[in-house]
Amino acid sequence: MKISFNRDACQGHNRCYLLAPELFDVDDEGYAVLLVTGDVPEQLHAKAQLAVDNCPEYAITLTEENPPA
Amino acid sequence: MSGPERCPVTDWQTDFDHTAPEYAADAPAIWQELRETCPVAHSDRFGGTWLPTRHEDISAIAHDTEHFTSRGVIVSVLEPQVPAPVGYAPPISSDPPFHQIARGLLLPAFAPKAIRPLEAPTRAFCSQLIDQILVDLPTSGVVDVAEQYAQHIPVRVIAHMLGVPAEDGDRFRDFIHRILEMAGQNDEPVAAEDTMLHYISAQIEKRRGEPTDDLIGFLLQAEIDGVPLTDDHVGGTIALILLAGIDTTWSAIGASIWYLAQHPEECARLVAQPELMPFAVEEMLRAFAPVTMARKVSQDVELGGKQLHEGDWVLLPFPSANRDPEFFENPNEVILDREKNRHAAFGLGIHRCLGSNLARMELTVALEEWLARVPEFELADPEAVLWSTGQVRGPRKLPIRILDPGTSATTKGAR
Ligand code: HEM
Ligand code: SF4
Repeated sequence: MKISFNRDACQGHNRCYLLAPELFDVDDEGYAVLLVTGDVPEQLHAKAQLAVDNCPEYAITLTEENPPA
Repeated sequence: MSGPERCPVTDWQTDFDHTAPEYAADAPAIWQELRETCPVAHSDRFGGTWLPTRHEDISAIAHDTEHFTSRGVIVSVLEPQVPAPVGYAPPISSDPPFHQIARGLLLPAFAPKAIRPLEAPTRAFCSQLIDQILVDLPTSGVVDVAEQYAQHIPVRVIAHMLGVPAEDGDRFRDFIHRILEMAGQNDEPVAAEDTMLHYISAQIEKRRGEPTDDLIGFLLQAEIDGVPLTDDHVGGTIALILLAGIDTTWSAIGASIWYLAQHPEECARLVAQPELMPFAVEEMLRAFAPVTMARKVSQDVELGGKQLHEGDWVLLPFPSANRDPEFFENPNEVILDREKNRHAAFGLGIHRCLGSNLARMELTVALEEWLARVPEFELADPEAVLWSTGQVRGPRKLPIRILDPGTSATTKGAR
């Protein structure tokens, strides 16, 4: 499972940082900073999904590595 | 209160009035009906105003700064006087590109990590308020939580950030009532020294000679491209922070307590499972979002099949977006552990509430402290609950009965 973050869409709602601090930090202005590149460790899948499902600006996306054929 | 005679609303599709008491009391039902029958409603009131109710349309407007200007954000019969892109209270009244500059100055002071040190003092203050409520509690056990609890919390926090005396809180509430709750409805003259403008100028003058490390002092020292901010910019921003941070948060805290007072099982659940609180707070913000913003149409544009014209007002009822069944499952149900919650209580797009991290902290702390001390309470009289009118919606009178206050008092000793 890969995670990606679109800094241009982020408005600093800060939901991701609250729900998944292992995956997101915030900078001094309150915009999100993605802490992992590419693969999300297995044990953080649920948190990654939470971050996606609560970002009001659709700035975070998850993609399955091996999409079912 | 004197004000122009208000015609009663007979048809919400063609003649809505967002400042009417019926709207304040029953807004979610009105939005639902409009979403189903007339998702972009129009009214001739206030010089021509639109009311979109679907998430899709509200989001589109909030993200479209080309056709919609923030020059006016509170619908009124009066035309906003200060032109775009700066407007009368940067950054809320500003459009790009100036908006990002004015907002950028403030972002660091409101970022999550800057807000964190305010949590402990806020918690202590909430606890003091509850002490006082329990000490003063009449034998009936009834207290107005909107007046005695919710409203004091943001006032204290904002006064601290701005560096003004907490005792000035009563004056702040007066400003808010005149400027927000009675916007466009009140023509009573106000003595010059009682105006917010006068209050703010005095605070600025006080700091001219001696710089302070509060937010007002910071704005006085701030520069854009090496040039200090104009007095109007500093004054407008201070006014904004004063107005935007108080009755909004007061409303969110009050509405949450109003809900919990009717759902003892949910109170018990939150007490037993404190890890639910972050989800519960967002769900309260979704279901009882207090803030409706507005825009002015800056270029003719079509929306939901309706033709909007330059100069028209458009309301942005984020609370209605939050109850759109196309966007949320079971939107009218409060689900404290809702896991998919892209709510728009703090707006969408470039004007995302600057104070959202602060407001979220205040709401969380206010509820945690309340439930720790007063886990059992009920509405004393549902008919006596009074919701504010205008673009910020929340309970202004909220009498509740504290059940078994004896236990509440002892819990305190045990803490
Ligand atoms: C639960 C409480 C609050 C709610 C629901 C709320 C809601 C909102 C909303 C919906 C907007 C968007 C305005 C727009 O799109 O035109 C906004 C903007 C703003 N809010 Fe809040 N707010 C709250 C608390 C606060 C607090 C505590 C502060 C500051 C102390 C604050 C300061 C601001 C400012 C400065 C803006 C303008 C941001 C900009 O235009 O870039 N708000 N708020
Ligand atoms: S929740 Fe979305 S908008 Fe908010 S900080 Fe995270 S990525 Fe940015």
